[in-house]
Amino acid sequence: MGRLRTIGRRTFLIGSATVLGGVAFGTFMAARPYPNPLMAGLGEGEAAFNPFVKLTSDGITLIVPHADIGQGVQSSQAALIAEELDIDVEQATLSFGEPNAAYYNTAFAEEGVPFMSFDDGSVAETMRDVMGGVVKLLGIQGTGGSTSMPDQYEKLRIAGAVARETIKAAASRRTGMPVAQLKTAKAGVILPDGTAIAYRDLAADAAEIAPVTDVVLRDPSTWIKVGKPMMRTDTLAKSTGTQSFGIDIALDGMVHASVRVNPRKGGAINGYDAVAAEAMRGVQAVVPVTNGIAVIADNTWRAIQAVNAINVDWAPAPYPAEMEGHWDEVAASFVEDRLDQEWRADGDVDAVLSGAQTINIENRAPYVAHQPLEPLNAVVQVTDSGVNVWSGHQMPRFVQQQVAGVAGVEATQVTFQNQFSGGSFGHRLEFEHLKQATEVAMTVPGTPVKLTYSREEDFLQDFPRQIAMSRAQGVVENGQVTALSLDIASPSVIGSQGARLGQSVPGPDMQIVAGAWNMPYDIPNLRVRGYRVPELAPVSSWRSVGASHAGFFVENSLDELIRAAGADPMEERLRLVNHPVHRTVLETIAEMSNWGVDLGPSRGRGLALVESFGVPTAEVIDVSMTEYGIKIDKVYVVADVGKVIDPINFENQVQGGIVWALGHAINSEITYSDGMAEQTNYHRAEGMRIFQTPEIIVRGLENAEKIRGIGEPPVPPAAAALASAIFDLTGERLREMPFNKFVDFV
Amino acid sequence: MRLLVNGEEREVDVEDDMPLLWVLRDELGLTGTKYGCGIAQCGACTVHMDGIAVRSCQVVAATAEGADVVTIEGLGRPGALHAVQEAWIEHQVAQCGYCQSGQIMQAASLLENYPEPTDEDIDIVMGGNLCRCGTYPHIRAAVKTAAAKLQEV
Repeated sequence: MGRLRTIGRRTFLIGSATVLGGVAFGTFMAARPYPNPLMAGLGEGEAAFNPFVKLTSDGITLIVPHADIGQGVQSSQAALIAEELDIDVEQATLSFGEPNAAYYNTAFAEEGVPFMSFDDGSVAETMRDVMGGVVKLLGIQGTGGSTSMPDQYEKLRIAGAVARETIKAAASRRTGMPVAQLKTAKAGVILPDGTAIAYRDLAADAAEIAPVTDVVLRDPSTWIKVGKPMMRTDTLAKSTGTQSFGIDIALDGMVHASVRVNPRKGGAINGYDAVAAEAMRGVQAVVPVTNGIAVIADNTWRAIQAVNAINVDWAPAPYPAEMEGHWDEVAASFVEDRLDQEWRADGDVDAVLSGAQTINIENRAPYVAHQPLEPLNAVVQVTDSGVNVWSGHQMPRFVQQQVAGVAGVEATQVTFQNQFSGGSFGHRLEFEHLKQATEVAMTVPGTPVKLTYSREEDFLQDFPRQIAMSRAQGVVENGQVTALSLDIASPSVIGSQGARLGQSVPGPDMQIVAGAWNMPYDIPNLRVRGYRVPELAPVSSWRSVGASHAGFFVENSLDELIRAAGADPMEERLRLVNHPVHRTVLETIAEMSNWGVDLGPSRGRGLALVESFGVPTAEVIDVSMTEYGIKIDKVYVVADVGKVIDPINFENQVQGGIVWALGHAINSEITYSDGMAEQTNYHRAEGMRIFQTPEIIVRGLENAEKIRGIGEPPVPPAAAALASAIFDLTGERLREMPFNKFVDFV
Repeated sequence: MRLLVNGEEREVDVEDDMPLLWVLRDELGLTGTKYGCGIAQCGACTVHMDGIAVRSCQVVAATAEGADVVTIEGLGRPGALHAVQEAWIEHQVAQCGYCQSGQIMQAASLLENYPEPTDEDIDIVMGGNLCRCGTYPHIRAAVKTAAAKLQEV
């Protein structure tokens, strides 16, 4: 077990949100529940038992506050409530709800606490509780970091149970039957004689009594929904073109806008000539916005055409204009005064390294764009009383604050209606498009403005995944890895995001080493250090955040050492692995993939294991050489999430994570030239297409003690497992993504 | 100009060079067809024109005039699903769902031309439709199920 003696009592960074040191709070404050936001809108005879369940004579409404960005979390949240409430999900209306502190996400804290995920010692648990209290106190409502299920797993079942028991109490009051004789099923209370009273017919009675909060959660062995295959609530709409996304919103009197902001991100606008644009059909106004220019028109296409017709003189970028300058800065950061934190120090690394022949390995991860298929967009309407916003976003309360800041109103005067998002992958954690839409809307008070980015603008304004580099030194002896020193340098993604929210983030950023410092191995002499590169181009959380680079670095370095030792990649990891849950993950994938089998000629196989977001995830990848290049044939994945909520969606998320990770690993990067991203559409950063997609065989395990999410964890091991497989196939070790700079793929 | 969309004559007042995509979305309110890239790289805007799958971002309004245009809304709807949509639901293909209108329109066209598609047929014909969520394994399975459904009819 790694010692953590070097971690001081400094500021810790939490997931995508930042919590600064020095926040004063007491246990009482942290324990006190927020007022129920549903109470404000209740009419006569309507009941809201908690922030998640509302009952009226029209029916049941479930508030499922985590944003649905494609991961299906609306369905999972609803199922957790429904399991205890005894309804079918289809019997309820589902709503994302309003932004409210009552929907704080406690699980955001966990990823920021510097303890091994399986460390349940009192110090680790106390720290998690403290950080959870801070998140609750600040009312940070957000979706990301695979936290939705950890956050909601108990909360929503309790919400369902409280609602059910209160409805039963209401039925008891009405019928005179003791509660103990009442049962519930299909949104109805069943009396001893079999008569059913629909929940909605009990709304008025339930509204008159205090919620019954003394509830006992059902034993998981009795569950009929959670853990079983589900039909997602959005499947029908998404298979018929009837699902409305933010970009599809149409309001009476709405106008359309598009924008161009300095592609040298953060640079100013020196001047522009919009004469031609102003004369174009449908153009209503040309509107300056911060560092850019927007056009209001009567149609999205006309707005995009017109804004592209404006001649603009852009100021230089506040970061190096060319890529070489970015890499030079990263490479120069492995120095004492940029040491962010020494995260792991087992044995005596320096002594062992100095007395032995070392293997030195450098790995690189490029900037990568998010580029979900729905371009960024927002509908904003400025009114006399405040601002109304419609958009898909992962951080509803921050949307309120950011829009309020631009409009000069209080956050409470901003309404926000979250929308289904056409993907995010971290892209919808940002606020620039919302602020720009607000600036445009302020010029036409009362009129709803829909701002839509062109794909080119979306690429140019994307704050990509952080650039990063690792330097490893290792020692192998007698077929074993005996020492590893892994240094990782990258800009702080949390710092970059925090800066855009007006927060300085001084402390160590665990995302620089996420997935690496907590490697589940007992290498006798092991050190992991993070180095913080000063901000270059602004960056943002990208599916799996820091582990997207650090997971690749640790496993690609370790794999190189293992192969240099002449050891078997599976056997050596099994020898080193230090926790039974992780060991079982490895043993399971060895069995699934028939590890050790002779694959035949022109084939290779690789392995990686990374724990991220608390989920140990192992992947075995098979590749073959074809006349058109390397083909990725098959991927086996084993992940332990404690509890699989929906096996179908679990498989979807894992397969999607693999496609995401491998697609970008083989062909995608963002490079800067003249301060601007050189890739402005999918022809130059396409990710994976169907003809490159391997067969992906998935297994979820449930041995871990705590429930975890599955959106992010499949991503980090994939690039390393692929590099391992390509080494097995060709003898060439790829140490830099994207791999198509060095080898051809089908 | 007059357009025939989903069997209905629609009058629109637009430039000759406005892409059909934007005529559908912003002028006719048919938002099931999606804007993804604008340069025929993603396939999210795929519709049928005279029975052939096209990228509506690359078809200008003047070209669409006189053609029989079918969008996802015209292919099938809740309660009256096309076989491809039924298969998409059975396999729960969609994650974010944004690309799926285009995927479904492309798959329906694929099955018109290749009633019993091989894996290679699927890979080639669906290769122009990007899915950032990575639903490709489920798309492959759903196309095969849809093919079987259409064979039964």
